[in-house]
Amino acid sequence: MSAYKPLGGRILTAPFIFFAVIFLISLYFMAQRFIFGMGAASNLNGGFAWGIWVVYDVVIGTAFACGGYALAFTVYVFNKGQYHPLVRPAILASLLGYAMGGFGAFFDMGRWWQFYEIFLPWNWNFNSVMLEVGLCVSAYILVLALEFAPVYLEKIGAKGLLKTLNKLLFFFIALGMLLPTMHQSSLGSLLIVMGQKVHPLWQSWQFQPLLALLSALIMGFSIVIFEASFSTVGFRRASETSLLAGLGKIILGLLISFLLVRTVLLVVQGNLDQLFAGDRATLLYLIETVLFLIPVFILASPVNRNDGGKLLIAAVSMLLGGALYRFDAFLFTLNPGVGYSYFPSVPEIMVTLGVVSFEIMAYLVLVKTLPVLHREEHA
Amino acid sequence: MAEKEFDFSEVEKRLGVSRRTFLKFCTGVAASLGLPTSAAMAMAKAVADPKRRPPVIWLHGQECTGPTEALLRSEQPSLAHLILDLISLDYHQTLDAGAGHQVEAVKKKSMRENAGKYLLVIEGAIPVKDKGIYCKIAGETMLDLTREAAEHAAAIVAYGSCSSWGGVQSATPNPTGAQGAPQVLKGKPVVTIPGCPPNPANFVGTVLFFVTYGKLPPLDEKMRPQWAYGRLIHENCYRRPHFDAGRFANEFGDEGHRKGYCLYKLGCKGPETYNNCPSLEYNNIGGGVWPVGVGHPCFGCSEGGVGFTKPLFSLADLKTLTPPNTFPKIQDRQKTGGLSAGAAALAGAAVGVAVGASAVTVKKLGDKNSSGSGDQQD
Repeated sequence: MSAYKPLGGRILTAPFIFFAVIFLISLYFMAQRFIFGMGAASNLNGGFAWGIWVVYDVVIGTAFACGGYALAFTVYVFNKGQYHPLVRPAILASLLGYAMGGFGAFFDMGRWWQFYEIFLPWNWNFNSVMLEVGLCVSAYILVLALEFAPVYLEKIGAKGLLKTLNKLLFFFIALGMLLPTMHQSSLGSLLIVMGQKVHPLWQSWQFQPLLALLSALIMGFSIVIFEASFSTVGFRRASETSLLAGLGKIILGLLISFLLVRTVLLVVQGNLDQLFAGDRATLLYLIETVLFLIPVFILASPVNRNDGGKLLIAAVSMLLGGALYRFDAFLFTLNPGVGYSYFPSVPEIMVTLGVVSFEIMAYLVLVKTLPVLHREEHA
Repeated sequence: MAEKEFDFSEVEKRLGVSRRTFLKFCTGVAASLGLPTSAAMAMAKAVADPKRRPPVIWLHGQECTGPTEALLRSEQPSLAHLILDLISLDYHQTLDAGAGHQVEAVKKKSMRENAGKYLLVIEGAIPVKDKGIYCKIAGETMLDLTREAAEHAAAIVAYGSCSSWGGVQSATPNPTGAQGAPQVLKGKPVVTIPGCPPNPANFVGTVLFFVTYGKLPPLDEKMRPQWAYGRLIHENCYRRPHFDAGRFANEFGDEGHRKGYCLYKLGCKGPETYNNCPSLEYNNIGGGVWPVGVGHPCFGCSEGGVGFTKPLFSLADLKTLTPPNTFPKIQDRQKTGGLSAGAAALAGAAVGVAVGASAVTVKKLGDKNSSGSGDQQD
């Protein structure tokens, strides 16, 4: 008997219908992009070649989808088995998040019908950071699908296949840790490649991969808390706060290292003066820092860690901070040269909202029909 | 300051160049080597002092004598004079006045008398197939002659691509098994000055350094002097701004080619060839005399594994950035961006919904917390 079971219940709930409406509207704009092209649908230009389709859907979206990575690390590398009940929903969210990132990238590809070229080894350009990210993310989507496959196989009762897969799963779990480590740090390398276009407050050069990885892990753990909290309230399940409190401790360590590394780098690389420039970049940097400091103060006290509400405040604060960190570096303070500016167009925002809505709808349907969530214990 | 002014009148007479021209040349060489002006003076003194002239044995293997020809045709002030005066050239098949067994005997004698002191210069590849019978001088194979001369040499310099890594002879299918001197003389340090033909300035600079300081200049892992081969041609090329801006010649004679754009797409191997051609050009003739200067892509003559190996017009492997196919136009910058009211409202609404939903959840979780864990069955 599996320890997991489908949630059951109605599919067509009010939130589901809300997201479905957004998704249906977005279909119109998606069609617009694919029929009339990127120029017609987006505000992208020669200076800002990457808009929200890359920065939100891929760069931030995959960090939001790092829940599976962060938990797999905790459970399988540090052998903290007690967190196992959180793994399946986290893997599902990661799968959906990464699939969304991969799908989102299509909107941003000028000649998307040539995407398969990236998989042909004789085309590979080994100097390209994007090649690493592209291949790695594609591979990770496959790995996540395999990691999630037991859930589906349990449902349809394919016992033989399930047994074989379970024997091989350790290999894919290992890959599932290696691949995000590689491409999440490469997302930092993208900023190195952008060089002086990146504002000095965000351009830490060779430390970009480290900061990218740390922020991805912070966001990954936060999203686990975020999802679990919403599941508790939305599906009226038992509170998982006691489990999440443990994660809070890990996050606290990550947060402090992130803030410490960033501050030390600011001093060592001689960019401290930028903090006193008093411009928009300074303000954004300070907002980010505050968003990262709020969870430090919340999580430092064990009482707060065991309070579900406070834990969620901390998680949301970190998610906003992490998202802002990436938005700031890639978009808000990017300086591609005189005369360029960018704000996403309505079709761009609608496409992104549509993709996110679809992701949430898929999550809602899958947890209700597949054994994803842990069977509640009866005390 | 108090030092007595060095007397260059002897040099003036010997070389037939004015003191001013001579010092200018030494300063130029020192500058190429990245050395201070004081080094130029030291070099000038070393050249002027006839007692310090090292004996040189110069061997020719499989080659076209390009390196020697290049050296002799140099337009630098009496460079041939200078180099011949700077050293005591005891044996050189192209330049020796004598011939036959007599000259071979002189070589053997010089090598015996100057054992451990002479400079060995090797020009041309060394065939090793069938015990090296494909290149013989005075009945002995080049292979044996090279090993014999290397035995007691103070320093060994491979001059030209052939002796540095095999050159054109070693191109597939390499019927004679031609190899460079470093491959034949394994275990012995062989300074290489590759190029087809090599720039004489790179040779003279290295030899002057050796004569002046009694040691070799800093070398890279292929034993090339770093001052000459430390940078890719691509790094110092004066067509580089065109590369970075995406302006390429796509065909010989097209508009880009006529305007002097980057030759990367015509197969220029500058991005993978280490040499100082862009800064020194060739033989001080000036006027852009070197392949890229006259509109032909670099073919990597000095780089083993590139020159005579890769097809002439195939794209080079870039060690740094690969250029995109197109670059943004400068003139359409002013039209970019544009924040519409609808977009701002939409973005605000999306963030608002996310934060609002979180706030409601926080409140509900808080209620749950305060009511204890009794409602688990709900």
